[in-house]
Amino acid sequence: MKRFLYELSESWKIAAAQMRSNLTRSTLTALGVIIGIIAVTLMGTAVNGISIGFDKSMAVLGDDVLYVTQWPWKPVDDWWNYRDRKKIKTDYAETLKRMIAATPNSNLITAVPTSNFMRSVKYGGNQVDNVFVLGTTSDFIITSTIECTAGRFFNELESRGGANVVVIGYDVADALFPSQSPLDKSVLINGQLFKVVGVNKRQGTFLGLFSWDSMVAMPLAAFNKYFSAKTESDVRVKVKDKTRLNDARDELTGLMRRVRGLAPEKKDDFSINEQQAFKSTLDPVKNSIAIAGLFITGLALFVGAIGIMNITFVSVKERTKEIGTRKALGARRRTILLQFLIESTALCLFGGFIGLVFAYLMCFGIGQAFPSFPIHFSLGLVIVSMIVSVFTGLFSGFAPAWTASRLDPVTALRYE
Amino acid sequence: MSSNHARPTGPIVIDIENITKEYVMGEEVVRALRGVTLQIRRNEYIAIMGPSGSGKSTLMNMLGCLDTPSSGRYEFNGKNVAEMDDDELAAVRNREIGFVFQTFNLLPRSTSLRNVELPLIYAGIEPERRMERAMQVLRDVGLGDRVHHKPNELSGGQRQRVAIARALVNGPSIILADEPTGNLDSKTGNEIMELLEHLYRRGNTIILVTHERDIAAHARRTVHLRDGVVEMDHAGFIPEIDVPIQATPVS
Repeated sequence: MKRFLYELSESWKIAAAQMRSNLTRSTLTALGVIIGIIAVTLMGTAVNGISIGFDKSMAVLGDDVLYVTQWPWKPVDDWWNYRDRKKIKTDYAETLKRMIAATPNSNLITAVPTSNFMRSVKYGGNQVDNVFVLGTTSDFIITSTIECTAGRFFNELESRGGANVVVIGYDVADALFPSQSPLDKSVLINGQLFKVVGVNKRQGTFLGLFSWDSMVAMPLAAFNKYFSAKTESDVRVKVKDKTRLNDARDELTGLMRRVRGLAPEKKDDFSINEQQAFKSTLDPVKNSIAIAGLFITGLALFVGAIGIMNITFVSVKERTKEIGTRKALGARRRTILLQFLIESTALCLFGGFIGLVFAYLMCFGIGQAFPSFPIHFSLGLVIVSMIVSVFTGLFSGFAPAWTASRLDPVTALRYE
Repeated sequence: MSSNHARPTGPIVIDIENITKEYVMGEEVVRALRGVTLQIRRNEYIAIMGPSGSGKSTLMNMLGCLDTPSSGRYEFNGKNVAEMDDDELAAVRNREIGFVFQTFNLLPRSTSLRNVELPLIYAGIEPERRMERAMQVLRDVGLGDRVHHKPNELSGGQRQRVAIARALVNGPSIILADEPTGNLDSKTGNEIMELLEHLYRRGNTIILVTHERDIAAHARRTVHLRDGVVEMDHAGFIPEIDVPIQATPVS
């Protein structure tokens, strides 16, 4: 064991001396690993960022809200079984709300209807297309993480009365009112004027996933008044305790069956969804992006590894006589193996470290230049890329080191 | 054959009986050794001579445990070497054999001290003792003031002294010197031979492999090889016998 440690420290010294004396060669070879590590690290930060972006978008849905919908939030093979289901009506929300209030120790807090439609929104000469127009009640803020930077969400009075008021998303406000406050201005939606009472806080968009930034919310009564029947409606139900989501779900299923008046033998003709279900359909997408990205950048690292392998083979060839001498002096096979493995590993660690520094600087630069770009540099990434460097070194050094360790001492000593 | 009456009577270090070595070179089988029997006792000073192709180098590789015989018996300090695996052979080379090469074979980027330390590292000696021992051996060969010099800062004779110090550092049973003066001018060569003589007098066992008569003349016993067998094995050095051997040029 002690001997192993001495041989190990000896190998590190040789590796350091070797790199110093062949500085140009070592640097050029390490360049492959440097580029590989930069590629892998940047991809890692992007994957990290994507993951965080997904989670942020998910947070919009809320982890304590159940969604009553016609279609489930997951791909289905038997779509015909869902197609003919009755639509979810917005008045279910009112019924559910009364039932929840009547249930002692209910797991649910309240139910909120939502209807939506894609429409253009205009103000003066400015127009924003494909805005997600949401009709709901003033209770909506209970079920949502939504916050207003200016103004307020519409109140119960406006909600019940179906007043022509809207709360607009950050991007909509930005596009329609580039240089003035949108509050108390009237925007045109589907030929109707709506007064802006609030602007949502910026949430940030990510890969075109849903974001409050490009949304407009108005009282459901107003929505129903001006927009024809072909809208999608859901009911959102806020849960008391998100750790007891399953109980809440069961309770809600029971309530919905009563609303729909289903006989006990009938199957549910509605779906109850939660953020988690959505997540589990999106996770494979996220993972494939990560795997594909890391695989492609991994190829860059692989090319770097081949460079290291090549130079280690050259090093073994050049120092054949030295290997013979070392063997004559009592170096065992594994001593020689260790020596060259450490040499290639040291080279990879050197490259990995420099690559990491570059990657960090690049991340920093990208973060400064494009604040919205999802990039996330972490300590875990540093550790992982160092481990990757070590394994790259071991992988690329193994074949040459093995060749060196198997050299016949007589042949090696005679080599010129 | 000369008689053996002048031999020392110490314990047998090397005991070789009827060893052979065959190589396959291309399609040809080369019989480098065809049955060599040899005993070397502690504190002998023996020269192995022979023309090119006599099996001299092959025998040296066997004696140095760099290679194992195809057949025959080889005992080193009573241990059967012929059956050892690579790592066991490495251990024998490390502790029992001190190699001195014609081309010195020092590590070019390491100081004298680090070169001499190397066998101690392979032996698993702790750093402080390693340093102490290497310094002492370097002083013994007269290089106490050159310990931090690298080989390219030393003269040929000094390099060979470093190599000899390295050979001595683990206190080996034999010192195996292969043409130790081959790359040196005659004056420096003589200094190296004086150093070997000094080491012999201090009780070391020295095996000298050479084709030069005046180098072999330093030994107390001479073994002549020809065509893979021992042609002559005699005490001392007999110039008239050795002349014809010298007549054959050796690479």
